[in-house]
Amino acid sequence: MSTPMVHADRVRKSFGTHEVLKDISLSVNKGEVMCLIGPSGSGKSTFLRCINHLEEVNAGRLYVDGVLVGYREVNNKLHELKASDAAHQRSDIGMVFQKFNLFPHLTALENVIAAPTIVKKIDKDVATKKGKELLERVGLSSKMEHYPAHLSGGQQQRVAIARALAMEPKLMLFDEPTSALDPELVGEVLDVMKTLAKTGMTMIVVTHEMGFAREVADSMVFMDDGRVIETGTPDSVLLSPQNERTKSFLSKVL
Amino acid sequence: MTNKVNDQSGSNNSRSDRSFYDEPIKAVRLRHPWRIFSAALLVLWVIAFLTDAAGREAYDWNAYGEYVFDPRILKATIITLQLTAYSMLIAISLGVILAVLRQSPNPVFKAVSWVFIWVFRGTPVYVQLVFWGLLSTIYPTLFFGAPFGGPGFSIDISHSSSLFWIAVVGLGLNEAAYMAEIVRAGLLSVDEGQEEAAKALGMKWWATMRHIIIPQAMRIIIPPTGNEVISMLKTTSLVTAVPVSSDLYTRSRDISAETFNPIPMLLIASTWYLLITTILMVAQYFLEKRFARGHAQIAYGADPKIIGEGA
Repeated sequence: MSTPMVHADRVRKSFGTHEVLKDISLSVNKGEVMCLIGPSGSGKSTFLRCINHLEEVNAGRLYVDGVLVGYREVNNKLHELKASDAAHQRSDIGMVFQKFNLFPHLTALENVIAAPTIVKKIDKDVATKKGKELLERVGLSSKMEHYPAHLSGGQQQRVAIARALAMEPKLMLFDEPTSALDPELVGEVLDVMKTLAKTGMTMIVVTHEMGFAREVADSMVFMDDGRVIETGTPDSVLLSPQNERTKSFLSKVL
Repeated sequence: MTNKVNDQSGSNNSRSDRSFYDEPIKAVRLRHPWRIFSAALLVLWVIAFLTDAAGREAYDWNAYGEYVFDPRILKATIITLQLTAYSMLIAISLGVILAVLRQSPNPVFKAVSWVFIWVFRGTPVYVQLVFWGLLSTIYPTLFFGAPFGGPGFSIDISHSSSLFWIAVVGLGLNEAAYMAEIVRAGLLSVDEGQEEAAKALGMKWWATMRHIIIPQAMRIIIPPTGNEVISMLKTTSLVTAVPVSSDLYTRSRDISAETFNPIPMLLIASTWYLLITTILMVAQYFLEKRFARGHAQIAYGADPKIIGEGA
């Protein structure tokens, strides 16, 4: 059995006195697509942000591809990573945000090639060629020179996915990627994500799109109040939930 | 007029006549007689003032013509430009540093920045300039280096030749306090998600600042900074407090002290200040346009139809 892509071992996270993650343990294997569901405030997004160290874990251990996130462990003692090492660690984890967070002063293509040229110091022509391919893959070959303000929400989110893919990540994190979209634009983003899942990308998706989860996900985790309540295949969690809290949540959203 | 409108709608009562809706409305414009009257009056006043001013002896237009390109005035204009440029250079660099320190999680950095801004914004620039002029009587030499006799170097500031640079530093330090607030407002205006997205892509702090945050903050920073440059150009006329006498205003006063004819010299100084200000305004327009990329359709009224265009 190979190392899991993400392995969380009793992870805790508090903001001040408020404990958002209480003892999260789970594993995501390479090539697996996992959907995280749960009511708002349950800690799904915080957990996702801990995986690429946008938030610091307070207790427990979090590993990506076998490497401890955010710290170095020497003789059983944790040392905070230097900012540059933490940045390096993040560079092969892609993240897609609910509010897209595209760089508004850059065109779609410039958004996609920014990180490869700045972080990986890839030659601009090479990065541009690859950036164009990526934008074609997400169906935006005619929008490369557009600024984000000239794109619809669905188009912006597809650029954001291309931007994350440009760093050739081994893991993609999606934080409610379709929640800020008008209903008719959700499909185009989910289609891109489905295609991506088929290429074997490891993905963790925080979502409320149960249809998408059933079609694409290999596993599903239901979180509530900072804990993992139920884990299983999407069908088992959605169709025959064991826990009362899962049942009550699903009865509200399905 | 009212009758005619009624007639037309009457004859098309069925409303099936499409032309009734298709034709653009041709209505008689509402007249604004008072607006026209007061505008005309204003124009007349201006004309009356100008014709009077052209003939009025006290303005002494001959002297104006004689001195407007006087080499001393031209040189003084250059000095004023140098004072403005150098002091703004100090102000912007120091302002950026102060703004960043102010955001720092380190309380000492934060406090230093706060106190600097408090002092330099809280006292008049004229008083500060007089003070800097007297600095050499307090500290004849300035020592830069490690405290308590560590390694470093000294500068002798008691020569009169250092007065120009004392003025530059004096103006720069005062302005830095204002620039710090402008830069801080600019940095805070950039959405938090931008830093997060850059971080998630593996960018380090400086790369994030340089490529993502600062270019966006510039859109907010440039308009007030342009105003500060223009304001600084005029504030340089206070360097006489240091005292520096080579700038445009002080030099033109010196000339009028010889000629006993102050009014044309004031007009000349004003002409040059106004000319430079105008050039700066044009430069600012182009800078703002450059940094409004991605927002261009909002700020500059380009075709808004392009927004939300389908895939």
